[in-house]
Amino acid sequence: MLHPSYALFLGESLRDMGMDKSQISLKAGVFGAEPWSDEMRRKIEDLLGIKAYDIYGLSEVMGPGVAFECSEQTGMHVNEDHFYPEIIDPDTGEVLPEGEVGELVFTCITKEALPLIRYRTRDIASLTREKCSCGRTLIKMKKPSGRTDDMLIIRGVNVFPSQVEAVLLELGDTAPHYMLIVDRVDNLDTLEIQVEMKEEMEFDAVRLIEETEAKIKSAVASTLGISAKVTLLPPKSIARSEGKAVRVIDKRKI
Amino acid sequence: MTMKQLSVFVENKPGTLAEITGILGENAIDMRALSVADTERYGILRLIVDQPQKAEAALKEAGFKVSLTDVIAIAVSNQPGGLSQALRYVAKAGIAVEYMYAFVSQKADTAYVILRVQDNAKAIKALEEGGIPLIRGEEVYGKLG
Repeated sequence: MLHPSYALFLGESLRDMGMDKSQISLKAGVFGAEPWSDEMRRKIEDLLGIKAYDIYGLSEVMGPGVAFECSEQTGMHVNEDHFYPEIIDPDTGEVLPEGEVGELVFTCITKEALPLIRYRTRDIASLTREKCSCGRTLIKMKKPSGRTDDMLIIRGVNVFPSQVEAVLLELGDTAPHYMLIVDRVDNLDTLEIQVEMKEEMEFDAVRLIEETEAKIKSAVASTLGISAKVTLLPPKSIARSEGKAVRVIDKRKI
Repeated sequence: MTMKQLSVFVENKPGTLAEITGILGENAIDMRALSVADTERYGILRLIVDQPQKAEAALKEAGFKVSLTDVIAIAVSNQPGGLSQALRYVAKAGIAVEYMYAFVSQKADTAYVILRVQDNAKAIKALEEGGIPLIRGEEVYGKLG
């Protein structure tokens, strides 16, 4: 069980090492914790010679295992005996009819230590009671298609732009203008933090710029647990937006 | 005894250097020496000009990241080993050179070298004790001897 992007990486490494999928004895894998597509599923299945199943969960509820796929691979059965799912309109809070897309909400039925009542996941999905050929009658949820907030999932790590901002402000070496550029290169998510230099920053030697970039990179890694490329830019080079600032460019094609 | 170097951050796109030198030309600023540090993503243009403050203001106005850096200028004899001797005094004082660049003066037997170090005061002391002639900013900003 691992991140789908990492499974692709393993599969490609296997191929690069000149090994064949018949040499490994894996039969199935369970993948989750980050967005992935059917195309990625087919690639993983082909590279590793396994069946790749989707799993859904969130740390607040119980972690992975809230819902998972059956052999049909057409949506994830929610473990309704433990978690009661609803889809709501994220703006009004109104419960939406079966099949409609909205924000997924869970109520814990059996949890004792940390029960949650109508907990808003911020994940966008839909639910269906359609009969499943596997025989289970548990409701099925579609793979989440997005978020109602600005949370990013980078290599399985949840990151809010505000957390990156907090690190930058805490260090105080840069101006408060930044842009996060997320991409997926060779199946692995990449994060670039572009941030403007302060007007008074000394920059006449390359060392001065590189040291500041390295300092930010290390602070982001230790605070948020993700590796990012840090790029210092001259003042006023990041476009200013009217109204809500655009802080993220997500170039990933999933 | 330092002089002002104009430092300009140069984004890696065609035409940036032409634009910068164009702005300096329009403002009747004369360049005495220049050096460029280049990296994969950007360059840093370092200039000695006749009117550093005016040049800084003009480039800032045009939106460039620009600053004035205090650097040391020395005169070295234009013969083999001339620069090495001066740098040895700096090294002996435990001072690392960030970067340096040279330009020749109209005096046939002298070259000028700009030094950027972390501790100007300490470097100046070491050079003076070694008898290396330091050049005042005014000498370079104006006509070179």
